[in-house]
Amino acid sequence: MFKILKKRELNEQVTLMELDAPLIAKKALAGQFIIFRTDELGERIPLTIADYDREKGSITIIFQKVGKSTIQLGSMKEGDSILDVVGPLGVPTHFGTDIKRAAVVGGGVGCAIAYPSAKALNNMGVKVDIIAGFRSKDIVILEDEMRAVSKNLYITTDDGSYGTKGFVTNKLSELIDSGADYDLVVAIGPVPMMKFVCEVTKPHDIKTIVSLNPIMIDGTGMCGGCRVKVDGKTKYACVDGPDFDGFKVDFDELMRRNSAYKNQENESKTHICRLTGGVRHG
Amino acid sequence: MANMQPTKTPIKEQDPKIRARNFEEVCCGYTPEEAVNEAKRCLNCKNKPCVSGCPVGVRIPEFISKVSEGDFEGAYRIITTTNGLPAVCGRVCPQESQCEGKCVRGIKGEPVGIGRLERFVADYMMNKTTAPEKIAPNGIKVAIIGSGPSGLTCASDLAKLGYSVTVFEAFHTAGGVLMYGIPEFRLPKATVMHEIDNLKALGVEIKTDMVIGKILSIDEIMDMGYKAVFVGTGAGLPNFMGIEGEGLVGVFSANEYLTRINLMKAYLDEYDTPVKRYRSVAVVGGGNVAMDAARCAMRLGADNVYVIYRRSEAEMPARREEIHHAKEEGIEFVYLTNPIEILGDDGGAVRAIRCQRMSLGEPGKDGRRSVSPIEASEYDIDIDCCIMAIGTSPNPLIRSTTSGLEVNKRGCLIVDEGMLTTKQGVYAGGDAVTGAATVILAMGAGKTAAKSIDEYLRGEGK
Repeated sequence: MFKILKKRELNEQVTLMELDAPLIAKKALAGQFIIFRTDELGERIPLTIADYDREKGSITIIFQKVGKSTIQLGSMKEGDSILDVVGPLGVPTHFGTDIKRAAVVGGGVGCAIAYPSAKALNNMGVKVDIIAGFRSKDIVILEDEMRAVSKNLYITTDDGSYGTKGFVTNKLSELIDSGADYDLVVAIGPVPMMKFVCEVTKPHDIKTIVSLNPIMIDGTGMCGGCRVKVDGKTKYACVDGPDFDGFKVDFDELMRRNSAYKNQENESKTHICRLTGGVRHG
Repeated sequence: MANMQPTKTPIKEQDPKIRARNFEEVCCGYTPEEAVNEAKRCLNCKNKPCVSGCPVGVRIPEFISKVSEGDFEGAYRIITTTNGLPAVCGRVCPQESQCEGKCVRGIKGEPVGIGRLERFVADYMMNKTTAPEKIAPNGIKVAIIGSGPSGLTCASDLAKLGYSVTVFEAFHTAGGVLMYGIPEFRLPKATVMHEIDNLKALGVEIKTDMVIGKILSIDEIMDMGYKAVFVGTGAGLPNFMGIEGEGLVGVFSANEYLTRINLMKAYLDEYDTPVKRYRSVAVVGGGNVAMDAARCAMRLGADNVYVIYRRSEAEMPARREEIHHAKEEGIEFVYLTNPIEILGDDGGAVRAIRCQRMSLGEPGKDGRRSVSPIEASEYDIDIDCCIMAIGTSPNPLIRSTTSGLEVNKRGCLIVDEGMLTTKQGVYAGGDAVTGAATVILAMGAGKTAAKSIDEYLRGEGK
């Protein structure tokens, strides 16, 4: 059992939780993830480790309430315990050496995953720009945290209600065109966003790392549910990734595979709303 | 006087038409009367060929003679001196090539139903509480990585010798392939959990959610005071064919499909993990895993389930009984056929599998007959789901995070005859050493390793 030490609502949909998990906290590195299962009937869902405190023995997860399991996790309180947390899984992000200037691009809740990457780069002495995109002002998250680990923080909103109006890709293009000499771009967010970031960086040949989010079950390499095509080869995101060279990823296949259970997800969401209001009984 | 009936005492099974749509156990097991009748068929041979066929050396004629006397508890005590998982073995061992394959009664007629009797005894005792044996602890800690058949057997034997045993398991439930791989209708999960509870009663500690190589390394485990480590991590990395279309929606490894169903219980409404009910399913492969996947697909409501195998029925590695059960349940076998591409629709979902007919050649060096494609024999089978059951390889996680562990070309850990790896104090067994094999061979390896670990640790104490 893994106790919830702290819970903070970052916006209406996004929740931060600090979990008591000393062994995971001891080993976790930027780019790695955990798999959780709330209770005996639950499914196994992957979440990136957004932060860790080795001394306190805790890890931080930030998640968007998009379906049954995340809604259920979001309904748990400080002091409650989650049945299973497995990790740290996946390969830590390898940024490479001699990087002087980097752009970290986060989309929506992806900013929670982009944040530890920016922090790690900043700690390496890299000059980091963060471009964080949101639909509108009311869902902006982690602004102060991101500002603290970057030279420049650019916030974009689709509707222009905060920061610059437009998408992260517009801002990234603009910065590159105006002479920002990036050695590396890290893009984390919805699959279409990562795909479009790669389309911006490719003509300039700027190394671009993406963090993929396929469907996972075990997260340890024993099922291949998370397989993605990278450079024409099949890779398991849970053990070979989740980070990959963005120029080599087949994003279209990933998008198709991620929508495989859409109908069932929707059914289970409405199901739980109707019967139990999001709380599982017995 | 022995019962000289030439055939095994019949056993009750669920009707194929009914069972093909439920996950309840196919074989209902013997009643006490049937078990006694079958036990009386044993001739109690002096040289006991059956025992030599059992990888864990169960004292077969001794336990069977207790059954024939109606002393089922006595029979259980004899079995469990050498076998920690009798309810599992009685159900899933390929007895025809092991104990029963050596039975003298099999020369003229059918062999004694040893597996059925072992299962009967274990099931009979499941409802009785037995006081755990009192074992004096020796205070020496041993770590087991992986809680599949090899790890559980090794843990059981070491605990009975007084060692303080901790099992580290990556999944949220112990049991390995017994829980995620073999379906409920062949091996009820309550039975597996009961056998694991028996181990816990012996004092074995099981730590789940522990991916060794990530959360702790083997070196760190040894630093924590464990004097020896047994690696029983299996061969869980699924192989794909490498053909076009394997990235389509509706293509699964058998591991994924079976894990969703067996471990995550996706076929039950109250569980959150989804699995789809496909209309027409192709399972590629000819082993027990292929049979399990095909029979699960049928139980989830498929209209057609095809098992596509590149050799003929005679070469199939699956147990005869499983092939027989699968056929009874309406699964179609497509022999001498090999997939060359999976075809998708506009939305990226599977719509058909393109196959090529094969011809059988002469046996090769490994004794298996070679196959070669017949030219211009391509044809398509309409499907909406394809499950790859073409074998698994050992996961590289342990070897890549432990210095001094050597592996062969196939990624299997190299061990000596006592199951010692190339690293001092680290032993290994089961599929991690052999590649994908059987439950009982893994148990045999766990047993051998436990003996070696005991000798090693006693030697060190001197």
